[in-house]
Amino acid sequence: MRPATSAGAVVTAPLRWLARATDVPLSAWQRLTGQRGMIALFLLPNMAIFGIFVLVPLVINLLYSTTGGTEFFLSDRPQVGADHYARLLDCGNYLDPNSCRDDMFWIAVSNTARFVFFQVAVMTLAALITALILNRALPGKGFWRAVFFFPVLLSPVVVGLIWKWILQRQGLANLFMVELGLEPVNWLTDRLWAFVAAVGVSVWAHMGFYTLILLAGLQAIPRDLYEAAEMDGTRPFRVFWRITLPLLMPNLLVVIVLSLIRAVQIFDEAYVLTGGGPGTSTMFMTQYIYEVGFANLLRNPGLAAAASILMACVLIVLTLLQLYLSRRSGAK
Amino acid sequence: MIRFLTRRRGATGDGHGWHWTDIATWVWLIGGTILMFGPAVWLVLSSFKTPAGLAEFPPTILPYAQETTMLGDQAKPLFEVTLEDGITVTMAELRRVGIVAQMVPPDQPDAEPLKININDRTPVRQMDFATENYTQPFLQFDFVLFLRNSVYVTVMATIITLLTNSMAAFALSKYEFRGRNAVMLLIVATLMVPLSVILVPLYSVVSAVGLINNLWGVILPTVATPTGVFLLRQYMLTIPDELLEAARMDHASEWQIYWRIVLPLAAPALAVLAIFSVVWRWNDFLWPLVVLSRRELYTLQIGLNSYAGELNVQWHFILAMTVVAMIPVVLVFVFLQRFITAGIAGTGLK
Repeated sequence: MRPATSAGAVVTAPLRWLARATDVPLSAWQRLTGQRGMIALFLLPNMAIFGIFVLVPLVINLLYSTTGGTEFFLSDRPQVGADHYARLLDCGNYLDPNSCRDDMFWIAVSNTARFVFFQVAVMTLAALITALILNRALPGKGFWRAVFFFPVLLSPVVVGLIWKWILQRQGLANLFMVELGLEPVNWLTDRLWAFVAAVGVSVWAHMGFYTLILLAGLQAIPRDLYEAAEMDGTRPFRVFWRITLPLLMPNLLVVIVLSLIRAVQIFDEAYVLTGGGPGTSTMFMTQYIYEVGFANLLRNPGLAAAASILMACVLIVLTLLQLYLSRRSGAK
Repeated sequence: MIRFLTRRRGATGDGHGWHWTDIATWVWLIGGTILMFGPAVWLVLSSFKTPAGLAEFPPTILPYAQETTMLGDQAKPLFEVTLEDGITVTMAELRRVGIVAQMVPPDQPDAEPLKININDRTPVRQMDFATENYTQPFLQFDFVLFLRNSVYVTVMATIITLLTNSMAAFALSKYEFRGRNAVMLLIVATLMVPLSVILVPLYSVVSAVGLINNLWGVILPTVATPTGVFLLRQYMLTIPDELLEAARMDHASEWQIYWRIVLPLAAPALAVLAIFSVVWRWNDFLWPLVVLSRRELYTLQIGLNSYAGELNVQWHFILAMTVVAMIPVVLVFVFLQRFITAGIAGTGLK
């Protein structure tokens, strides 16, 4: 077998040269340390970067959340114990952010909870319907699949700006409203509409990804089940409830949990679209962490770290749920 | 009733003509196409409009600009004017006082100007693409700098991602060693660590390493992607071990085996990871936003966001720059969409 026959000589020539140049010291290393040394060498770059930029921050995060001040270096930060947690969790009534000591945190929490609920519900339903439709025998199947996938690739900034432009006072959305004989709407400066816009834009941007997962699940359902149902004269409604939905359930659960995990972290496109406003109506958890940690005048990295750990707890529960679900469906 | 939801064959195929579900399907597909592509198309069309064209309400679909004519050495706007006797003629505006404009026929610039009420005239317009929306940011703003930074980050991060991830994946798929499962578990566990959870401590680590306000501070934390290691490992497991054994018989070193045998054979998986990495790094927002505070280091996404956040938002430039920021991703979409959709359907990664 001759490897890399498809790559052009222009690409392979420098690569081959590089291979020869690196081979000399690395062969020497192998002679010195044997296979174990080579394994370590292969793992080292990835695990070093990974350790420094993922594992160390994870540990530091705990230390951060128990120290105060505005310094970024741990050694300069005074111990405050569980003060940050106490501040975040000190609430007269957890359903009313105004009764909490850190009202911004609870506003962010309740905004995020509402966002997660509506975004996941609307997106899962839309993705399910789209997947069911794409699973029919259609002319130009690949094209339609691509259509719904297109926004997934766009950057959150581009998504945010596209919709900011459409939803502005004199934008395309209000042109439609006027054409339909309705009053123009202040999409981005009205508290309720800005929230609706954040949910809608997020659904628009991510739906295609989940549609693909559901479509893969639908295509894995054995055809003969449907043929048997048809021979028995089963009504289509029943076929959907008794065959399609139960067999799609593992994929559907994965989609729901995955989108939950992602929705909890909502930031980019909503931030570009509304900047958290008007007021605090679209300020979500990640934005709270970002602003408390970096942007505010009253910067408090320790508080941000504590908030991020509370958020991580939610994410860990969701992830364990996903692992449990995928293991259960795998065991079937 | 939910026939269309359950059938795998279109109802048109069974000779009964159009079922209502077929109509619903096509309404959904065509409505979806308009909704998914429409906003991007609207962005591109708007990006060619002049500031005056953008301020118009109701907006026109295509970009238009008012026609002008040269009178002497000045460009004067042209209008269709309805005269008192009901005849419509084209005239150029010399000057305007309140709601009265002084106008002359464009071919007789020295004629006595007619006083016309501005409600009796409409501008003469023609389609015109305001390409200066694109050329000016390239010449005047830091746009070229942003673009260069974005390209640098994307290319470097992708190369390092491919190299380090494939090395780790090779070790984890082709060798038996103690602690392999522990390493795998560690990597899987970090799939659950999103950036927002370690934002603050990551910043302190990067600043301790001295990479704040440095493009490498953006690149390095992103390159050890667990998804990449995972994807490549799964693929490398399918490469038969006999090939490696045969190479060892021929006295190939382990590095040569990795570089000359495993990497070329894993090319399809590497290609998928490369596509993903390019899209991820090109689109990154939150982390660069935190690390980069000096304007000359901004990536395209951060630069765009900062333009859009200015008090006096210059939409005509922002729209054009947004289109430029969209181009690489659209190219990926047009040419490589098949790989990506296959990759997601197969592994559920994004």
